[in-house]
Amino acid sequence: MFMFTTLKQRNGRKIMEIPKSFLGYKRENGRAGTRNHVIILPVDDISNACAEAVANNIKGTIALPHSYGRLQFGADLELHFRTMIGTAKNPNVAAAIIIGIEPKWTKRIVDEVAKTGKPVEGFSIEGAGDIETIMKASKKAQEFSIWASEKQREECPISDLWISVKCGESDTTSGLASNPTVGNLMDKLEPLGVHLCFGETSELTGAETVCEKRGKTPEAQEKFKKTWNDYNDFILKEATDDLSESQPTAGNIAGGLTTIEEKAFGNFQKIGSRQFIDVLTPAEEPEKGPGLYFMDTSSAAAECVTLQAAGGFNIHLFPTGQGNIIGNPIEPVIKLTANPLTAVNMSEHIDCDVSKILSREMNLSEAGDELIKTTLRVANGRLTCAEALGHKEFVMTKLYRSA
Amino acid sequence: MATDIIIHDEKDNVGVVVIEKITPKQDCSCWVMENDKTVSIQSADEIPLGHKIAMIDLNEGDTIIKYGHDIGKVVKSIKKGEHVHVHNVKTKKW
Repeated sequence: MFMFTTLKQRNGRKIMEIPKSFLGYKRENGRAGTRNHVIILPVDDISNACAEAVANNIKGTIALPHSYGRLQFGADLELHFRTMIGTAKNPNVAAAIIIGIEPKWTKRIVDEVAKTGKPVEGFSIEGAGDIETIMKASKKAQEFSIWASEKQREECPISDLWISVKCGESDTTSGLASNPTVGNLMDKLEPLGVHLCFGETSELTGAETVCEKRGKTPEAQEKFKKTWNDYNDFILKEATDDLSESQPTAGNIAGGLTTIEEKAFGNFQKIGSRQFIDVLTPAEEPEKGPGLYFMDTSSAAAECVTLQAAGGFNIHLFPTGQGNIIGNPIEPVIKLTANPLTAVNMSEHIDCDVSKILSREMNLSEAGDELIKTTLRVANGRLTCAEALGHKEFVMTKLYRSA
Repeated sequence: MATDIIIHDEKDNVGVVVIEKITPKQDCSCWVMENDKTVSIQSADEIPLGHKIAMIDLNEGDTIIKYGHDIGKVVKSIKKGEHVHVHNVKTKKW
């Protein structure tokens, strides 16, 4: 069913026929997962120990410890809830146990996740203590784990893929080849009805006006302009010296990048020739149907991917130059590189090697096809390098100090 | 002929060296990714991997085009085949 066949085009160049389906886990709300995780999600920092104890007791579950969730307020608290709820709602999660110190915030998350129809149960520690909570939550987690283990992969349309992208440890090979390879994949898969998402608000500086024009509607363009301006104002307010001293970095300059504009346009190659249909706040779920979305995120890898996973994206593409090693606990992170040294020296981190673009043994379309093949294999269940190595960076974005 | 330099876009006035380095007076083969064409240029400087070469003569105040876009301004005139970097190009942003 998942053979990759080639057809001949009129000009004689071979093109790959893109499979129209993958093997995923169908969820109660109509979405499909590429993974089948049972998560133990702490609402706050002090519930990490309890969540980790449950995950240790019950095989087939995974705890997602993090550092925040107490005394947050305003937009920062809303982002916390959006990330918690979105993570548990993600179709790569079969079932979820939510553990918090207090019942009220725990229940708020459980009630939202329950709307998807997936099994979810909340536990609060106050008044019971860790040990009793661990016992009760473990019993429920065992039930969920055994239930989830019977779920089978089924044929799902390729449009069930929600693909997020973010690059990191970039060098000149990123803008030359690995980022355009992602762009080529976007150009080929968007017409098939997939959801796509890019972010990294700060690292579009220099390309922001060109990026703005990629908004499909005046509303999307206006939203992007405001989002970028707000982030830029925040950076300029907090910066203690001229940012031109750090963008591009000394390493970027040694690698041949001359200006921030050059770096930003390299980053921007990831969206190919696509237009974005809407701008999402951090961790917001897209609601305008298939197509490309821009999400307002930091450019730090783990923060960005955590927000995109919370937005509902079920598979991630991560081009790297010098070799970023990031993974995520629920959203598989596929790494590609065009840097021939990274491909060899850090091979255990690289899922897709497109370094032959630089030696012209491979063109962009062929590289895009290779990345599509890798993406579908991972969607079907192949472990990513980061998954096999145990990378599960779950990093909440915090907007400001707690009260 | 192996590719020594990659040019993203037909409109670009710089290319990127993709071999370990090019040496002065080397005849280089340049691949234009956008249209899959090959052009050639003779280098004037030694330029390392990942760094840029001028595809045309550039005067002070001219705009450097890469990815088909403005990535900065020329602050010291550059001859075709010379190294393009922080010594002769600056950002227009900051």
